[in-house]
Amino acid sequence: MNASNGTTSRLASILKHGHFAVTTELGPPKNADPEIVRAKARVLRGCADAVNITDNQTAIVRMSSIAAGVIAAQEGLEPVIQMTCRDRNRLAMQSDLLGAYALGMRNVLCLSGDHQTFGNHPQAKNVHDIDSMQLVQMVVGLRDRGCFQCGEEIKGDNPRFFVGAAENPFGDPFDWRPYRLAKKAKAGADFIQTQLVFNVPRFREFMRRVVDLGVTEKLSILAGVGPLKSPAAARYMRDQVPGMDVPDEIVERMEAAGRGIEDKKARTAAYRETGIQICVEMIGELREIKGVAGIHLMAIEWEDAVPIVTERAKLLPRPTLEPETSACPPPH
Amino acid sequence: MIVAEQKPLAEIRELLGNAKRVLVVGCGTCVTVCFAGGAKEAGVLGSLLRMGAQLDGSAKDVSEVTVQRQCEREYLDGIREQVDEADAVLSIGCGIGVQAIAEQFPDAVVVPGLNTSFLGKPAAHGEWVERCAACGNCLLGVTGGICPIARCAKQLLNGPCGGSSKGKCEVGTGDSKPDCAWQLIYDKLKAQDRLHLITEVAPPKDWRTSRDGGPRRIVREDLKLPSTGGQK
Repeated sequence: MNASNGTTSRLASILKHGHFAVTTELGPPKNADPEIVRAKARVLRGCADAVNITDNQTAIVRMSSIAAGVIAAQEGLEPVIQMTCRDRNRLAMQSDLLGAYALGMRNVLCLSGDHQTFGNHPQAKNVHDIDSMQLVQMVVGLRDRGCFQCGEEIKGDNPRFFVGAAENPFGDPFDWRPYRLAKKAKAGADFIQTQLVFNVPRFREFMRRVVDLGVTEKLSILAGVGPLKSPAAARYMRDQVPGMDVPDEIVERMEAAGRGIEDKKARTAAYRETGIQICVEMIGELREIKGVAGIHLMAIEWEDAVPIVTERAKLLPRPTLEPETSACPPPH
Repeated sequence: MIVAEQKPLAEIRELLGNAKRVLVVGCGTCVTVCFAGGAKEAGVLGSLLRMGAQLDGSAKDVSEVTVQRQCEREYLDGIREQVDEADAVLSIGCGIGVQAIAEQFPDAVVVPGLNTSFLGKPAAHGEWVERCAACGNCLLGVTGGICPIARCAKQLLNGPCGGSSKGKCEVGTGDSKPDCAWQLIYDKLKAQDRLHLITEVAPPKDWRTSRDGGPRRIVREDLKLPSTGGQK
C-alpha cells in the first residue's frame, strides 16, 4: 500500500493506518459566492476524512475546484481537488497543480471529465491533450521524480499530492475494467473512487477480479455510494446515465416508499428516508467486500444527507489523525 | 476521402451577395464520391441559384464547371477564363479546393458552397463516418486498426472512459450515438489475442505532428523539380 508517499494528506494517513475511509463531495456554486461553499463545508465538517471539490461537474461552469477547495479548507475540511482533462492542456494543469499545492491542497483526483455536450457550453472546444491515466502519471511525476511532464526538473518545491483516480466498474467492457484499473495502479494512483454502486453483486465480482490482479496491494479503493432522493432520480440513473447500473429492485423500493402517501411533503420525506436507508445498507454490504478500503459518498446537491448517512452507517466520529508527514521525502 | 456537405442555400446566397455572374466550380474527386460537390451537384446548385434569382427579381448569370481535382493547379488552369469573367466563384470543392482557387486566381472572389466535415468513408448508402484525424503520427498499429483520436469523443489513449455502455459512446442520443472506439479496440485485440498491446499505460501524445504544431508541410527533396516553386 503506497498510501504514504511524502504527501501531507490526511486521507493518505487514514488509509495507511487501515481505517475505513470516508470521502464525500462538495459541488461549488454556479456563482462567485464563497458563503455557499462555507455553508456546505460546515454541513460536511467532521463527517468525512476528505471532501472532493468537483471540477465543472457535468461540464457546467462552476467556481473552480481549487478556489472552492481553499475556501473549504478554511472551514476545516481536507479537500480533494478534482481535475479534468476536458478543460485544460498539460501546461494549464501543471500550473494549476503548482498553485493548488502552494495554497495547501494535498489531494487531487484525476478525471477525463464529462463530455462538454452534456453541459451548459456544448459549443466549447474540448482539450483532452492528455487523458486521465496520463494525468495520474504526470501528478505522480511532479511528486516522485520532481519533474514536469516534459522531463524538466522542478527547481525548488515540487507539489507532492496524494493522487486519486476514478473507475466505473459498471462501464463496458466489463471484463476489461479490472485491467484498466490495474493500468491506473501502474500509472501510480494512490487511491480510486468508484462510480456509484447500486448493483452490489456485480461490484463484488469486479472487486474479486481486481483483488486477484493484485491491484489493491498498490492502491486503496473507495466504493462510490449515494442516497437516492426520489424514484424519478433512480429511474433517471437507471435509464439515462451511460455506464450506470441501477437494478430494478432499487427503483421499485423507491417507488414503494411513497405509495399511499397523499401529502406531497410527507411523500418526499418518505422517499428521502428510503434513499438514505438503502444507502446505509449498501455501505454495510460494501464494507464486507475484500479490497474495499472505504466509501466515497456522493450526495449530489444534498449535502445535508451526509451527516445522516455517515451517522447511521456508524462511520462517525471520524478518526483524528495528524496528516501523514513521516514518510515525507525532502523537498526536491 | 474528404467528406463534405452542402451549406444551406440561404447561406450560399448570402455569401454570393450581389454578384451578377456566378461560376459554380465542382470537383471530380472526394466530394463527387460523397455526393456533395461533383458535376451533378454543381448543376443542381446552379439551377437553384438561377431559380432563386428569378424569384427575387435579381438577374443572375450562373454557369457551372467541374474540374477533376480543385486542389491541383494544373486542373485549375483550364478554367482561368471562366473565373476571370465571374463576379464570384462558388467552389463546391472541399476547403482545400476553395483555397486552391483563391490562391491561383488572386483577383477572384471565391466563396465556399460546402462545409468540409471530416476524413472518412461511407458506412452505408447516404451515410459517412469519420475515420482519421490526420494527427500526423499514426497509432493504428497498436490499437487494432481503430483510431482513438478520430473515433473517441475524448481522444483517450487509455480508454474507455466510464461512459462506455453496451458498445456505444456516451455522446449523442439514440441512433446518433457512435460506437465506443475503445470497445471496438478491446474486442478486436481480444479476438486476435493481442490485448498486451493495451495493458501498459500509453504515454501522452506528442501533438506537434498534428495541427497543434502549426500549419503542416511535407517536403520531399527526391520529388522536387528545380523549376517549381514551393510554398510561399
